[in-house]
Amino acid sequence: MNRNLNQTKNEKLISEDGKRADGRGPNDLRPVKIEIGTLEKADGSAYIEWGKNKILAAVYGPREVHPRHLALPDRTLFRCRYHMAPFSTSERKNPAPSRREIELSKVIRDSIEPVIFTELFPRTGIDVFIEVLESDGGTRCAGITVASLALADAGIPMKDLVAACAAGKIDDQVVLDLSDIEDQKGQADLPVAISPRTERISLLQMDGLMSYEEYEKALNLAVEGCKRLHAMQQEALKKKFAVDEEEAKGETEDEVSSE
Amino acid sequence: MSDSYDTPVSIGMKRIGELLIQDKRLDGRGLLDYREIKTETGIVGKANGSALVSLGKTKVMVGIKVETGTPFPDSPEEGVLTVNAELVPLASPSFETGPPGEKAIELARVVDRGIRESKSIDTKKLCIVPGKKVFIVFVDIYVLDHDGNLFDASALASMLALSTAKIREFETKDDAVVYKENLVSLPLQNHVIEVTMAKIGDKLVVDPSLEEESAVDAQITIAVDDNNMICATQKSQTGVFTTTDILQAVKIAQAKATELREKFLGGTHE
Repeated sequence: MNRNLNQTKNEKLISEDGKRADGRGPNDLRPVKIEIGTLEKADGSAYIEWGKNKILAAVYGPREVHPRHLALPDRTLFRCRYHMAPFSTSERKNPAPSRREIELSKVIRDSIEPVIFTELFPRTGIDVFIEVLESDGGTRCAGITVASLALADAGIPMKDLVAACAAGKIDDQVVLDLSDIEDQKGQADLPVAISPRTERISLLQMDGLMSYEEYEKALNLAVEGCKRLHAMQQEALKKKFAVDEEEAKGETEDEVSSE
Repeated sequence: MSDSYDTPVSIGMKRIGELLIQDKRLDGRGLLDYREIKTETGIVGKANGSALVSLGKTKVMVGIKVETGTPFPDSPEEGVLTVNAELVPLASPSFETGPPGEKAIELARVVDRGIRESKSIDTKKLCIVPGKKVFIVFVDIYVLDHDGNLFDASALASMLALSTAKIREFETKDDAVVYKENLVSLPLQNHVIEVTMAKIGDKLVVDPSLEEESAVDAQITIAVDDNNMICATQKSQTGVFTTTDILQAVKIAQAKATELREKFLGGTHE
């Protein structure tokens, strides 16, 4: 934590050969590993490792809403809590929800709610809990990506998945998927979430400085990143839920015969 | 749904939609027009700086207080900026007493991001003793009347209050601050303007009123600095945009920011 400004200026985030500190090229994602159905008690759950980020998501519901007066007569009450474990950051994070976490919980909810058929479950609640166990930049995007898988695992009817990824600007260059150090020392960060089927953007934030041209480039790159994440989401879902073709045949026949 | 009885709200929403097809709005504005903006500065004597902005019927007051304190360990030679927003219960039937909720926190953080990322305040000039003592600039946003688009009204009021804020001139002697008699302005080096647009149907409208906000599909706030650089973005509300929408919104924001800057911040920084 002894960064001073001169150091920040001299340190290069992209080396002469165009490689970033962790060896990636400008358009490369960090390695991503996804697991679905990690938790036993939750109605749905998923776990993601994205670079050094380690994030768990759990879904409960549709279930009775507490406190009860919050229940909505025409649709489900969709709630999200994004939370970082005290040991997930280099300096201990106070476990009480920070202003940052409250804001992120809100924008994450706003980014996922559009794909849920909320009107199918009036007077109920669906709760999503996102726990960041280790953070290394880009936790809101990883959180959205894993939460939408936990919702799918819970069997919540959805119009689409939500995939998220950030682009940003470091050393005057637009790059994909900033790590923590790149976010801190870089010039801009632009996290984006999309519903891949329609390519509609449901989360968009930005901080830093970018010209219109850079913004356009970063936005398109982030959307491209979201699509790559979506492919990995689909892969993970297939791995968990695809059944052996022979077995599937057997099951269908069973069902038919029992009717 | 169209068979059910209309409520005043649904009639309003329908009307907003019908008018927008002809590029018109409820209050007669063009799609890219702001409501009438009135500004006043220096209204609270006890504050270092203050401003009241009315955006149509929306009223936001901002007070600046400057105190001394310790810097953050990762920026020992820089002053500290703190933005807080209060959605005061007298401003709207939907505001309640109690600690700031997610709406107030989002508002404060979006205004904060604009000021911080544009480096509007030259925080290095607010250092007294490196690592030990710096000035802390408190920007307190007080929403007095909520008729929509709190982001833009709060950001403009904050920038006006900051650019008219005065602190006592100071010197550092043996790690102590010695204040002089005369007042100086806060060290500002940039001026951020935030522009909020709502997507209703397939149209983008600037500065949505509260009534329009109820019909909004999605909303986006874009902060633009003196050099026409984009320094913060926030999509708020549920609802979605296409990439084309967003790039169009960025262009509108750049044009609108230039307009507002000339009108309201032109003569304030000296």
